[in-house]
Amino acid sequence: MSKTLKLDSEDAKKFAAKIQERSGEPIDMCFQCGECSSACPVSPEMDLMPSTLVRFTQLGLKDELINAKTIWVCASCFHCVARCPKGIDVAKVAEALRQELLRKKLDYVEVRDLSMEERQEIPQIAIISNLRKFSR
Amino acid sequence: MKIPYFPGCSLKTIGEGFEKSAIASAAVLDIELNELPRWVCCGTVSSLTTDDLMHHLAPVRNLIRVQDLEETQLVTLCSVCYSTLKRSNTLVKNDPEKLKTMNQFMYRESDYQCNVKVLHFLELLREIGFDKIKEKIKKPLRGLTLSPYYGCLLVRPKEFGIDDPETPTILQALTKALGADVIDNPYQLKCCGSYHTVDKPNLVADLGYKILTYARNSGADALVLSCPLCAFNLDNRQREIKRQYPDFVEIPILYFTQLMALAFDLDEERLGFDIHYVDPVPLLKEKQLLIDSLPLIKEK
Ligand code: SF4
Ligand code: SF4
Ligand code: SF4
Ligand code: SF4
Repeated sequence: MSKTLKLDSEDAKKFAAKIQERSGEPIDMCFQCGECSSACPVSPEMDLMPSTLVRFTQLGLKDELINAKTIWVCASCFHCVARCPKGIDVAKVAEALRQELLRKKLDYVEVRDLSMEERQEIPQIAIISNLRKFSR
Repeated sequence: MKIPYFPGCSLKTIGEGFEKSAIASAAVLDIELNELPRWVCCGTVSSLTTDDLMHHLAPVRNLIRVQDLEETQLVTLCSVCYSTLKRSNTLVKNDPEKLKTMNQFMYRESDYQCNVKVLHFLELLREIGFDKIKEKIKKPLRGLTLSPYYGCLLVRPKEFGIDDPETPTILQALTKALGADVIDNPYQLKCCGSYHTVDKPNLVADLGYKILTYARNSGADALVLSCPLCAFNLDNRQREIKRQYPDFVEIPILYFTQLMALAFDLDEERLGFDIHYVDPVPLLKEKQLLIDSLPLIKEK
């Protein structure tokens, strides 16, 4: 199955600009060194490596990005930005991408999905931070 | 010295021993940690998008409470609260426009003047000096080998960290000053999985397995840390780790303030060991840091 990527379309450019602005990160500066991907402790769970997430954002590949598992796997641990020679914070890029869905009320985690046992056991610091990241 | 202190929800629940041992050991150092009146939840994680001011309101509201006391410092114990309060503080200091919008939104509060400094308790200890802390020790932690664990938010991103983001030394310096031995753990900075403990507990167990097993295999008796969320993931989640990795051997988790309270020989009531998942008491008795005659574990 082949798929054509419309790299230079107006929509792609607009999406790239939007994520760059929302994340506040100099995404254009990324030169694909891969430091972020090698530093990321949860990359084995990701479908797009952190460096690929940044590359796809440069290219404005909206569908690929918002359907990626990666944006829900990122733990906001800031290992990537500690290593990036350009100071790009991939956690911010992932958050800007998640917000694309969350602002349309497409929650990834809902409280009602948690069992009674989980609700009793998991501390509020975990539940609040999780819902802040993964729900509207 | 009296200083306002922001507990956050965790120190009133899962991190009870963290709070009690911190307040008691601070008192030994002539620091009075005064709980900030009318504090509100800081919202845990800091907002990472440029157009979201809403989630900076709660942290700034807490800083206004400090300002209202005519104080200029706020101390935290939880690494997560520390990072979130500090990030919002830095944001409004650097962006007068955003600050103005937020001040207008919180019109019932006094305007925030950006004169408050957010400090982690470890920074305060470093300021006082570990030598000074040494002078107060009654029972050095001799024979105890510890693996320091920083996790993420205490040191990263570096603008908001309390120490070098790649080679921090503050926990090592403190634990050595208290008389314990310290091992190098290459996982000391590796994320514990954080909020994924809700939706991906297996991932958290994988990460915890590596951090804890390395510590154990290198001869550590316990891990020492400063964050109640790390503590939940690395202590309580040992149940899940054991399920996933049958070879796993449990290891206790201690807050740095519990170590201080032990070394200062403060009474055990203030240590809060009874709510730990892996009970550190047998280890501490074996090392003669706790005395047998005092019943410590409350009936569950
Ligand atoms: S912040 Fe996200 S992308 Fe960066 S290292 Fe951590 S998990 Fe990986
Ligand atoms: S480390 Fe920075 S420059 Fe290198 S690939 Fe990652 S984002 Fe791009
Ligand atoms: S962040 Fe928690 S630890 Fe900090 S006060 Fe709020 S929910 Fe709690
Ligand atoms: S180690 Fe875990 S809980 Fe602690 S600051 Fe990092 S992600 Fe957070």
